Formats: sequence, structure tokens, C-alpha cells
Amino acid sequence: MSGKVLMKGNEALAEAAVRAGCRFFFGYPITPQNEIPEYMSGRLPEVGGQFIQAESELAAINMVYGAGGAGARAMTSSSSPGVSLKQEGISYMAAAEVPGVIVNMVRGGPGLGGIQPAQSDYFQATRGGGHGDYRTIVFGPATVQEMVDVVGKAFELADKYRTPVVILGDGMLGQMMEPVVLPEPIDPASLPPKAWATTGTGGRRPPVVINSLYLDAAECEAMNRRLQAKYREICAREQMAEIAFPDSEYFVAAYGTTARICRMAIQEARARGHRVGLLRPVTLWPFPAEAFETVIGRAKGFLTVEMSLGQMVEDVRLVVAGRAPVSFYGRTGGVVPSSDEILIEIEKMVEGGGSM
Amino acid sequence: MTSRDTERPLGAEVVYERPRALADVVTHYCPGCTHGIAHRLVAEVLDELDVAGRAIGVASVGCSVLAYKYFNVDMQQAAHGRAPAVATGIKRVHPEAVVFTYQGDGDLAAIGTAEIIHAAMRGENLTVIFINNAIFGMTGGQMAPTTLVAQKTTTTPRGRDPARAGYPIRVCEMVSVLDGAGYVARAALSSPSNIARAKKAVRKAFESQLGGYGLGLVELLSSCNVNWGMSPGDALRWIETDMIPVYPLGVFKDRSEAGAEAARMEVAG
Amino acid sequence: MRLAVIMAGFGGQGVMSMGQLLAYAGMFEGKEVTWLPSYGPEMRGGTANCTVIVSDEPVASPVETKPDACIIMNRPSLDRFEGAVVPGGLLVINTSLCDKPASRGDLRVVALPATDLAAELGDVRVANMVALGAFLAVEPVVQAASVVDALKKALPAHRQNLIPLNERALALGAETARAQLTA
Repeated sequence: MSGKVLMKGNEALAEAAVRAGCRFFFGYPITPQNEIPEYMSGRLPEVGGQFIQAESELAAINMVYGAGGAGARAMTSSSSPGVSLKQEGISYMAAAEVPGVIVNMVRGGPGLGGIQPAQSDYFQATRGGGHGDYRTIVFGPATVQEMVDVVGKAFELADKYRTPVVILGDGMLGQMMEPVVLPEPIDPASLPPKAWATTGTGGRRPPVVINSLYLDAAECEAMNRRLQAKYREICAREQMAEIAFPDSEYFVAAYGTTARICRMAIQEARARGHRVGLLRPVTLWPFPAEAFETVIGRAKGFLTVEMSLGQMVEDVRLVVAGRAPVSFYGRTGGVVPSSDEILIEIEKMVEGGGSM
Repeated sequence: MTSRDTERPLGAEVVYERPRALADVVTHYCPGCTHGIAHRLVAEVLDELDVAGRAIGVASVGCSVLAYKYFNVDMQQAAHGRAPAVATGIKRVHPEAVVFTYQGDGDLAAIGTAEIIHAAMRGENLTVIFINNAIFGMTGGQMAPTTLVAQKTTTTPRGRDPARAGYPIRVCEMVSVLDGAGYVARAALSSPSNIARAKKAVRKAFESQLGGYGLGLVELLSSCNVNWGMSPGDALRWIETDMIPVYPLGVFKDRSEAGAEAARMEVAG
Repeated sequence: MRLAVIMAGFGGQGVMSMGQLLAYAGMFEGKEVTWLPSYGPEMRGGTANCTVIVSDEPVASPVETKPDACIIMNRPSLDRFEGAVVPGGLLVINTSLCDKPASRGDLRVVALPATDLAAELGDVRVANMVALGAFLAVEPVVQAASVVDALKKALPAHRQNLIPLNERALALGAETARAQLTA
């Protein structure tokens, strides 16, 4: 068991970010993610980094825009209401092609909502979230270990594609403790230089400009087409999903915490003789359509389970495209579905109750 | 520079030229607008302090939204009001850089009030160039938080009525009480002598950053003759007759070794 | 093997750290573990609870609505969790702060005055260790020695002197529970 440590999800995520070379964190307190800024405030100065408790979520995301534009690996974290405020900055980052990582430990909404775990920010995260025609890469990890793993991946892809990346957790994932193996630290000085970043010209090169303003409509459209080409490349290359029991006839589609509960229900369903598997998206955008294609030929039905009243199910229906019934079960507002409830829905699906 | 050098007649002396930190492009500003003067002052100071190579500017939203095209330094364009937060992020990554924001009154004193106050509160070593022309220029002459009482704008068609729209906001007075502010001054771009004083203030605001004294902010009372509905000359006179009485010129704070008193005498109009 | 236990009591009774020590101990023994706290305003001095799952297989859901056992440190926790325990499950009750006996007849019950026993040992703060010792005597999901190992890892250097006290508390809880079961 050497190398394993028992860590709270939020703290493990923060430490993983530091090990991924993140040296700048800007945030504002909100439950249930406060362990992330708390951890960063102590940890970053130890590695020569900077932590700022910003005056608002708006300021925090714009500090990320500044630091990311200046070439650094920067991160902010929040929970649902705070992430709504950050959408302005995320839109600017997408347009100006500034990398950065945004963590959303989702809680019940809309409005002030509650502080219990939810997945009702799926649309916001996967459709861009702010104004304009853009997407962000979105990870929906299901374990503390996977959260640690996707943090490194998030920074890597943010830099590779010069785009903001969102990690969609939930209150439960942030608060729970699990054993994790942390990755080896990356020295940010060893990362490839970013010629596009603002560093000062040093009088040696023309100025660089980080900008999202295109007053000429044709230029603005060209910028959008460039972004879309990048998004197509991301869709082609970066889909991640897990399929448990791929030879099943029926599949439960779920991500994050909900997928864990579904796994319990699936174990029980299989014990009862039902051939049910789990299709768990790890990237929520790009949505792992390829994983669905590998099972669609034999699938007799899909059940999408979410801690929302039906968001990811729209993507499942788009991918399945009428080739099999897709049913939905969700709890929301911070209510976590029980494996018994899900088992009932699985049996309904198997008995032919799945609706298109 | 090279082209101009070669064009220079033998024996002629250069007495006035474009600062190297100012890009060789035509700006979009309206005839009579003082933004060009403010840009030039910033560029001259960057040259004189020899910091253009390590300068990173942050353009805001408003008439100066295109400032990223006009300075010959690395630039980031910021969302409306957020320039001090963006500049904070940049400065924390590159503490050796000379980071400045260039913001109007809608940007800094309305939508970005929290950002400027908290950048000052944190004592960020940044320089803030704050253009106060008492109106929203870019969007077509709506009321700004700095609009004078009774001043007509497209959203105060009968004049700003304090009972409905409040009073002009005095940014220097507000920022100067914060411990993290290093240098805070107000100057006017209304006359050659006031412009000379404004340049000293701009220089001090950069020196405050270089000396690590905290946020340096210069408020420049500026004209918007187009949206004010005046001739450029009348607009400059209106700064002196109407704006300065509401926005007194002077140094409100100076934490540098030079001391507040000496600087106050020099800059005050 | 998969065992889910909910530990509940007032904030300050060491309910959360008791759960973390059990999870740590499980991890040291090479088992799969999760620790899931209740969180929010109730953390600030109100009731607190956490769910620990120790398993030979990767833990699917960290949420358990039908725990195999509950460690009840106060009266409100008995009211809240007694009904949830699976039939035949285990209830460890701290009678020092819970004046009501278990009402279900289909559970194994260990009732011991954990807070009073801790006071006899010289520090009421080890009441959680007394209760954990009692629990492990009945459900030896991990060895008490692993809990002590976890404690050594969790405590800072200047608190390592507390380890013998905690060991005594674990042992006292275990003895009390065994005596009840054989009685």
C-alpha cells in the first residue's frame, strides 16, 4: 500500500493541481469546496506560488485570465452559484484562447439552492456556460483518485488546446475521503514555453496581445470557425469513458458520484440475473459518443441516471438517436438517489418500460 | 523609428516624435478627444523610465477598448470592469513586469468598483490610468457614475437628478483612504500646463509600482466633446469650469520617499 | 467482505476523526475504504455524522442508507439512525449521552457509557476511542493495532504522547463490549 494516502477529495484535487504545475490559485469561499482554497493558501507559498482570496468570483476568474494569459498554470474553484458568476471570464478565456482550470463542486440549484451534491450544472458546463459559441472541456470524475488523475489531464489539455477546462465534481466527491496515489510533481519551469503569453517584449519581439474583441464581423466569424475547428479536434481525440460489463444488453449511463451508486444497483441487478452494464462518461464534453457506439448494436435500452431532472440524458438521446429506448431517472436539489431506487428503474427498463 | 531617422534632413534636430511605446497606427478616437493625450503621456513615461520592454498593459471596455492596438507593449484585453483583477493575475505571475490598466469611468467606477477597490486594498503593485470624462462614451453618451449633477446624458435627459440617480463618485478620495494605495492623484488634460502636471502624476504612478509602494492611480479629467455636445475647445474649458470644482486636482496620497506634501504642491492645478 | 458503518454524535465528540481512523486503518490493511461526512451548517457544533465503508472490493457508492452498524454517541443520533441499520446489524450506543435504550429487537446492541469510561481514563475526549474499541470487538473489520498505527500517522509529533491513552481507551471499550456479549 506504499504511496497511498487517505485524502479528502477537495484536498486531493488541490494537491494534484500543485503537482501538475499549478502555481496560481484565485478563489472565493463557497460551500462545499472551501477545502480547495484553504489548502492552496497554505500549499502554494511553499512552492513559490501565489494564492489570492479574491473579492468575488468575477475577480477570481479574471485573475485566472490574467495569470493564464501571462503564461502560468492557474486555477479557480467554486460551487454552482459562484460558477455562474465565473461564466463571463470563462467566455473571455475561450475566445482569447487562454488556458486555465475551473473546478465546480456542484451543489443543488437553481438560485442559492442548497449545499448538498447535485449534477444540475451539466448544461452550463457542457454547452459553454457563458455567452457565445464556445465549449469547454469538461471532466466528470467519479472517485477521489480519478479526480486527482483528471486534474493533471485538465492542465495538460488546457495548455495543449489553449482553452479553459472544467472539472465537474459535486459536494460528495469533494468532501469524501478515499485512498489516493498522487502523481509525481511537475516543475512548471520544465513545461514548454508559451510564445503567445504576455511576458513583456523585452524589446526583442513584437508585442503579443491577448484579446477577444473582433469588431469586424467577418473577423469575429473567422475566430469562431477557428475555435470550432479546435473543438472538432478535441471531440475526435479526447473522449474518455468507462464501460463496465460491455457485453450487457442494457446500460445505465451515469457520471460522477451518481455512477458509483448506479454501480451498486447494477451489481444487485446482475445478481438477479439481469444483463446490465454501466456506461460512465469521464469527459462530459466532448461527450463520449464513441463509447456508446461500441455497445449500441446490442443494446436493448439505456437508463440515464443523474442528480438533476434530465440534462445529460439529452446527450445520450442525441447519440443513441432512436436506435434504442432511453429512459431517465433523476433526483435533484441535493437529494442523492439510492441504489434501491435505481434498481427499480433498471428492472423497469429490462421489463420494457423504457420510453424513447 | 528607422524610417523617420532616414527621412530626417542633415543637421536637423528631433524636438518632438512619437514615443517608442506608442504604436505607429491611427487611433479610432473622435477628433477633440483627450484619450490620445493620455495614451501619449503613458507611452512617454514608459519610454523615459525605460520599462516598455517589461510592460504589460491591460485594456478595458469602453472607448479605450482598443488600447491594446495603440501601445507598443504586450497587452491583454479585459472584460468590463475587470482590468485590475486581470492585471493582478499578470503581476503575480510576472512580479518584475510593469503592469498597468487603462480604464474609463464606467469601467472603473461603475461595473468594476469592486475590482479597483480590492486591488488597492491588496496593495497590488499596479499602475491604473483612470479616464474620467463624466460620461459613457463608447455606448453613446449615457450617464456615468462620474456624471455631474444636472449634466444631461442620454439616460439623464433632464439632467442628473441626485434624488433619482445619485451623486458623482470621487474615486481618488475613495481609493486614497485604503492602506494599500501607494500613489493617488487627479490631474486634468485641459490645458498645456495641466497636461504637464498630469504627466508628472502618470510618472509618479508608475514609480509607485517600481518602488513597490502599492497601487498607483491617476485620474485624468478628460473631455468627450462629441457626447457632451460641445466643440473641442468648449469641452476643454468645461473641464476647468465644471468638472474641477467637483473633482479637485491634486495628490491624495503618496507613499514614496518624495513625500506627499512636495508632490501635492507640484501637481495641484 | 463489505461493511458500512455510520458514526453519529454532537460536533466535538470526535465522530469525524473516529471514522477517519477506521478508514485509515482499513487502508493500512490493504482494504478499500471510503469516508463520507455530513457537511454544512451542522458541522458547526450541531449533530455530525460520517459513513465509513471498508471492503475487499472497490467501493461503489460511498453513500449507505442501510448501514451494517451504527456508533451512536448521543440521543438525537439514536433517533435518527436506529431505523436505518440492517436487520441483524450492530448498534453501539454511548449510554452516557443517550438515556434511551434501543427500541428494535432485531439488532445486536452494545450499550456502554463511553463518555464516563473515558472520564475514568482521565480524558472525555477519548470517548470516541472507547466506542470504536467496542465496535471493533464485535465487528473486527480491522485490527485495533491498525487503528493505533493510523493514530500514530495522524497525530502531530507533539501529540504522540496521547497514543497510550487512546490505546487504553480502545482496549477498555473492547473489554466492556466482550463482557456484555458473553453476559
